[in-house]
Amino acid sequence: MNILELTALVGLISVAAGFLGALTGLGGGVVITPAMVLLLGIDLHYAMGATLISVIATSSGAAAAYVREGFSNIRIGMFLEIATTVGAVCGAFAAAKISPSILGVLFGAVLLHSAWISTRARRAPRPGEKDDPLAARLRLNGSFPTPEGPRSYKVSHVKTGFGLMFVAGAVSGLLGIGSGALKVVAMDRAMRIPFKVSTTTSNFMIGVTAAASAGVYLNRGYIDPGLTMPVVLGVLAGSVLGARLLPGAPTMTLRRVFGVVVGFLAVEMIYNALAGKL
Amino acid sequence: MPASPRNRPPLTDQRMDEIIGALLRYGVMLSGSVVAAGGIWYLIQYGTSAPGYHVFRGEPEYLRHLRGIVSGIPGFHCRRMMQLGLVLLIATPVVRVAFSVVAFMLQRDRTYVAITLIVLAVLLFSLTGKMSG
Repeated sequence: MNILELTALVGLISVAAGFLGALTGLGGGVVITPAMVLLLGIDLHYAMGATLISVIATSSGAAAAYVREGFSNIRIGMFLEIATTVGAVCGAFAAAKISPSILGVLFGAVLLHSAWISTRARRAPRPGEKDDPLAARLRLNGSFPTPEGPRSYKVSHVKTGFGLMFVAGAVSGLLGIGSGALKVVAMDRAMRIPFKVSTTTSNFMIGVTAAASAGVYLNRGYIDPGLTMPVVLGVLAGSVLGARLLPGAPTMTLRRVFGVVVGFLAVEMIYNALAGKL
Repeated sequence: MPASPRNRPPLTDQRMDEIIGALLRYGVMLSGSVVAAGGIWYLIQYGTSAPGYHVFRGEPEYLRHLRGIVSGIPGFHCRRMMQLGLVLLIATPVVRVAFSVVAFMLQRDRTYVAITLIVLAVLLFSLTGKMSG
């Protein structure tokens, strides 16, 4: 296989991942690394570097659309980014010290979590049962537009959320992914932030978190321009296409398909890691 | 609320988000174009060569630091040009954070100026290679 063929294959995988990621709202980045490693035999570090950069591309590219909807909460995002960026730098630093087999198993575990999340239906939003005085002091409480006018919300468990965000950042830096699923869990479940606000604010945070790891990755030589080029351009093209087709797409079916693909990749990844093939 | 006495419209969170959104969109378009231009040149030059990604060797020194990447601009070096586009892409969220510092300053929100400066410091710390170890 020559460079032209490899570029075309990597580009196709990335278009498909970006497309599915935009349609399911789950972010396709998490599938690109295992696909490159398992299908094309690319070294884990190069694959992680390329995927990390594509995560920044989708986050920044999608931000403009989210902003128009007026859902994301810039204060929540900025405050929690202290935790995610510090976590990301620690994770990226640790990535060089940890053997590929252990990274592979971790990656598989994160994939299983994503698969599980993606096949579950979204629950109805719950009101925050107990508001946190810290949230008021940090002005994290906000409101979001609904057809019946703006609805306000309060944020709970600020410290727990902050801690979980450090973990999400560390996983992002360690594996070169956006770890959007973990960020949404922290905001949606722990901090009781409305789902729509959680997902859009998470998207806003993913790019900043990934940029924190990207510096370390670049200096370590994980980012190969020739390999990253088709991933970034492919994911961008795929996500633009996906966003166009989003209205009227059978989201729940797509999420199930996505969940099965991710679950399959998880098992393969763990198997290969344990067999010492990474 | 933001203290904006006379003719200047208040910089609301909503307005701030809109400016940031536009900034990011143009940043992505610019970096994408640079990467694509470098990529086409790269495929013309090296398309038929054999790739070597099965074993990790790490990128050469000139592709790991900003100075080496930028020095490739006059020579139209394709790998450096793609890397420059990728660095521009990495810079988009950093610019977003830097802009937020200014915006919070205009809103006289000292707590958030401090919070945003911490985030910016971590980003610059990582990007300037202090963590390369």
